[in-house]
Amino acid sequence: MMSKQGILKVKIAIWLMAFMPLFRLIWLGVNDDLGANPVEFVERSTGTWTLVILLVTLSMTPIRLLTGVIWQVQLRRLLGLFMFFYACLHITTYVWLDYSFVWKDIVKDIIKHPYVIVGFSAFVLTIPLAATSNNAMMRRLKSNWKILHKAVYLIAILGVLHFWWLVKKDVTEPLYYAFALAVLLGIRLYYKQKSKPRVAKTQNSTILDAQIN
Amino acid sequence: MLISNKSKQNPTDIKPSEITPRAVFEDRRAFIKAAGTGLIAGAALIATKSKAAQIAGGETKGAGLLLGRANQGTPLMAVDKKSGLYNPHQKISGVIKTPYGADEKITKYENATTYNNYYEFGTDKADPAKEATLFKPRPWTISIEGEVKKAKTISIDELMKLASLEERIYRMRCVEGWSMVIPWVGLPLASLVKWAEPTGNAKYIEFISANDPATMPGARVNVLDWPYVEGLRIDEATNPLTLLAVGIYGELLPNQNGAPVRLVTPWKYGFKGAKAIVKIRFVEKMPLTSWMKAGPNEYGFFANVNPEVDHPRWTQSSEKRIGGGLFAGRIKTKMFNGYSEQVGQMYAGLDLQKNF
Repeated sequence: MMSKQGILKVKIAIWLMAFMPLFRLIWLGVNDDLGANPVEFVERSTGTWTLVILLVTLSMTPIRLLTGVIWQVQLRRLLGLFMFFYACLHITTYVWLDYSFVWKDIVKDIIKHPYVIVGFSAFVLTIPLAATSNNAMMRRLKSNWKILHKAVYLIAILGVLHFWWLVKKDVTEPLYYAFALAVLLGIRLYYKQKSKPRVAKTQNSTILDAQIN
Repeated sequence: MLISNKSKQNPTDIKPSEITPRAVFEDRRAFIKAAGTGLIAGAALIATKSKAAQIAGGETKGAGLLLGRANQGTPLMAVDKKSGLYNPHQKISGVIKTPYGADEKITKYENATTYNNYYEFGTDKADPAKEATLFKPRPWTISIEGEVKKAKTISIDELMKLASLEERIYRMRCVEGWSMVIPWVGLPLASLVKWAEPTGNAKYIEFISANDPATMPGARVNVLDWPYVEGLRIDEATNPLTLLAVGIYGELLPNQNGAPVRLVTPWKYGFKGAKAIVKIRFVEKMPLTSWMKAGPNEYGFFANVNPEVDHPRWTQSSEKRIGGGLFAGRIKTKMFNGYSEQVGQMYAGLDLQKNF
């Protein structure tokens, strides 16, 4: 079991690490080093980090299920909020740097293009989760809080789909994210099945272990 | 019908003097540096301690450059004799400045040569510049085939002598919603068509690109059905705007931009511009292009720039001009990429919503 002080240290480390992608973008931007299409670069980078942090957030529970270690579960809120932070940067880049707040064109782009609808929906869904992430809201919503926050699975699926559909031809990279998400959700489902009585055992827990490691 | 040069001259066209000087857009990662003016005279080149030079022949210190000359002073050979590598910074002399221009600012050389869609070298836009170093565009032959009287294989140097080389400053609009302005050097495709003497059955031209997995790492992956195939209707091919480009910014094409010869059709989306062409086939039926095979509902044969016809993924009514920086916003995309006057009549009566 990790001490309170230990967790604080881990949280400080997360804070420092989580700001690095943003600082990198600012550094590259100031030095005019964002490449030929800087807006696309920032869009891609913030989008990628949103997905990465989301997957890291979603891996805390599988780690508990697989190893029995539970302290890292307390990091979910902080990680989830950083995911939201990068999602906000991502959408700000889109609305401001890409579309210069031309709402008519933005609405058209969202409605007409499936990958944009999917990404935008995922973003909208993160708002209530971020808004109810504090202790007071947790207490107020009681058991509903848990139900509400199950939306994170949908957000993750939409997020990966958003990446998949945006790619012109080579889906190798989105495939990695889809695979990671499938493993993370698979572990949850497996343990959920296992905890139910009278359910036949599935045989691939060791395979899942190997994939996680 | 040929468009008269004089009638096309307009005050907003870019004058050659306004083009960013070579030195300003020098590619920092260029692997061979020419020593002073030695290039023109065929003097010694100093290959720098580059990755490419190391791969090809170990430590190359002073490498001689063989330089032949065509009738207009056009270089015949652009290969560093010792390393065997293609020299990307080879000036093309005797290029005619034609009034084909665009009123926009020319894209920086560095951007035009490091942000490329050329899947034979990888799907990331930074890949071609990094992965194309082993590709050898010389010696090179192009096979002229099909419905023509002169079905034969010609060398790149013969091709470059078929007509005077001209500079054309064209906008290039990518289907992904970004655009550049590029000073191409090349010859009108019409001059090759005329030379080849097509038969009455030649309704379309099919362009087939190089497919060499040994030097093209992206071609080892089945992202598209290799080799890359593109096509034009014969009237599109002979339109005065259509260019067989052999150079950009006054120099021979770098590998990542489609060396040694590529197609340029400025009123169409960029993917129509087949690169590293090895076969030009005159055919009766409409060729099935690589992108039509890959996504028939996304990519049509014509691929004319059209702000009215949206792509399932990208907005086509506006575009990002490369080089504008973070806060430049988008610009409106024009019908036929602003070349309606020159090409519009070819599509009169054609439903462009269906024939996208």
